[in-house]
Amino acid sequence: MNSRNTLSHLDWLEAEAIHIMREVAGQCSNPVLLFSGGKDSICMLRIAEKAFRPGKFPFPLMHIDTGHNYKEVVEFRDKRAAELGERLIVRSVEDSMKRGTVVLKHEGESRNKHQSVTLLEAIEEFGFDACIGGARRDEEKARAKERIFSFRDEFGQWDPKNQRPELWSLYNARSHKGENIRAFPISNWTEMDVWQYIEREKLELPSIYFAHTRPVVIRQGAIVPVNVPLVSGELTNLPKAGEEIIGKLVRFRTVGDISCTAPVESDADTVEKIVVETATTTITERGATRLDDQTSEASMEQRKKEGYF
Amino acid sequence: MSAHQVEDHGLLRFLTCGSVDDGKSTLIGRLLFDTKTILADTLNAIEKTSQKRGLGAVDLSLLTDGLQAEREQGITIDVAYRYFSTGTRKYIIADAPGHEQYTRNMVTAASTANLAIILIDARKGVLTQTRRHSKLASLVGIPHLVVAINKMDLVDYSQDTYEKIKADYLEFAAKVGITDIRFIPLSALNGDMIVDRGDSLNWYDGPTLMEILEAAPAAHTEHDEPFRFPVQYVCRPQDSANPDLHDYRGFMGRVESGSIKVGDAVTVLPNGLESTIKAVQIGGVDIGEAFTEQSVTILLADEIDCSRGDMIVKTAEAPAAVKEIRATVCWLSESPLDRARTYLIRHTTRDSKAKLTGIDHRLDVNTLEHVAADKLAMNDIAEVTFKLAQPLFVDPYLENRGTGAFIVIDESNNNTVGAGMIL
Repeated sequence: MNSRNTLSHLDWLEAEAIHIMREVAGQCSNPVLLFSGGKDSICMLRIAEKAFRPGKFPFPLMHIDTGHNYKEVVEFRDKRAAELGERLIVRSVEDSMKRGTVVLKHEGESRNKHQSVTLLEAIEEFGFDACIGGARRDEEKARAKERIFSFRDEFGQWDPKNQRPELWSLYNARSHKGENIRAFPISNWTEMDVWQYIEREKLELPSIYFAHTRPVVIRQGAIVPVNVPLVSGELTNLPKAGEEIIGKLVRFRTVGDISCTAPVESDADTVEKIVVETATTTITERGATRLDDQTSEASMEQRKKEGYF
Repeated sequence: MSAHQVEDHGLLRFLTCGSVDDGKSTLIGRLLFDTKTILADTLNAIEKTSQKRGLGAVDLSLLTDGLQAEREQGITIDVAYRYFSTGTRKYIIADAPGHEQYTRNMVTAASTANLAIILIDARKGVLTQTRRHSKLASLVGIPHLVVAINKMDLVDYSQDTYEKIKADYLEFAAKVGITDIRFIPLSALNGDMIVDRGDSLNWYDGPTLMEILEAAPAAHTEHDEPFRFPVQYVCRPQDSANPDLHDYRGFMGRVESGSIKVGDAVTVLPNGLESTIKAVQIGGVDIGEAFTEQSVTILLADEIDCSRGDMIVKTAEAPAAVKEIRATVCWLSESPLDRARTYLIRHTTRDSKAKLTGIDHRLDVNTLEHVAADKLAMNDIAEVTFKLAQPLFVDPYLENRGTGAFIVIDESNNNTVGAGMIL
């Protein structure tokens, strides 16, 4: 054994993420942390606690709500923000639709990509100079090349061919007025790291991450949840004519807009079981579950160029 | 697997140097494949793309090309990061493209790596490119080099070929002063000596590549280092509902090197005021001591002025405070370094205006010779001197990466235009 201490991989990742959040707080004048109620952003809140307690967070939390989010996740989002005593800002894609800045191609179109418009409107409304997000490089090919501090121009655009060099842990968060920095503290985490961290820190999650029975249909090979209740009680994702509704034991690996997030079959009803399942799965996190990424090989990159986080 | 704890050897960051022709993408693909990191749907997708392009076999390099322009042009533009885990250790691979803007990308990728794998095509031996990669890796202070002689299957797994390349490399390494080197024969294509030994290299009795990676020392574990704590942020809760927090002043930062515990005598730079450590915390919880790479909050026994950009050090081992630095600089920007202009240097959490006062020489990365220079263009590497407006608290880069590295920022557009290593 060495007399000098070595951090475990989770301790190292946590320490790096804390360092990144503090750099945002130290370098930017008006940052915001994007919190959706999903598992990655739940980890981010624990990191923020470790970074800034006993003080308050030096930024508010913000969620861009598509209006088509799982009720369990929205309720969890509000509960968690209240427990932490931190300010939560919610801006909604439906308001952008009312303003006419978001126009859906048809009523059923996924609102996921339209979050970019609402996000940019919120950035302008509050004058945020940095958004802290929970994106990870292992999620998607375009993200593997994104910096931890990613510069966006006045239109929120990411220019992958012209990124700022990022060396050591010397982050450059400088921007001019109107420009914006996106900072990703858990860039170097994998799905497995996230689940191991949730297990170690005993983090509470929305119930839909655990195995539960819900009505679904099988559409083009994917499990599609149907008759999903919104916060208002209204049902969304109604089945199409002729589709057979079946009850399946499923859980969500990733949670987003209802119209583009599909669950996987699973009987894992505890974090421990999910860690084991994650270690043995043969399908990537977004592969089976994100209907929006499958449109083309470049769809994530395209969305990011348009201001997506 | 979570029922009983396996030993955690932490995290190793390494860099792969070489071009597609050396089999670099195949090597990375092999590491990900043999550690079961590539999942069925990803493999499916690249199989489909390989077929669409009329390729006979699955092209593992498709795994590492993330951007649309890269796929369209069949080139790699930027550093990509890949992850895999063996159960006992997590790995982050920095994959730097081999051709265009090589120096800039390699310096970026190397800046966070503790080990570099230098790939050599066994048919071609030590090339100019090999020497360039090796020199850059040693310049950026990567402590461990692994020279992987790949494509052994194409030279009939010949031990003579391997020994000859090894001798050539050692001769070059001695000239440029690279000392910690390991050699390994490989066939990334067939998977020989990556994770499994295979049957074709029985004359080689050293460790497999994976065994080398598993045993490589983690960063900061090989030498005692002085305590360096650049302050990132100061926490003053001033919570009126909680009088206990009224006087709370927490200095937040990451331990760049060394260790600290309650009771240690410290000095705050630049004001030079001395105090002792009252508490070391994470998230408001006392942990008593902290060591390298931990992000913590430090409380001092005395109320002294300290803010972002200051550095807390042990009183007995303070770094040099300098207003002029000599450094090896890699220029990263399309606009050349301009002597007439003032730049911003960011070192730890501290910024200072800076002006170039001299270029000692430039390194020709192909011949590895020092040449005279009066300006620096993109991808140039040179020894230079900067004059500073504010003092910086520095250690030589080769002794301490955290306090020896800096970046140069162009304030007109806020771009990062240079990377510096203090001599």
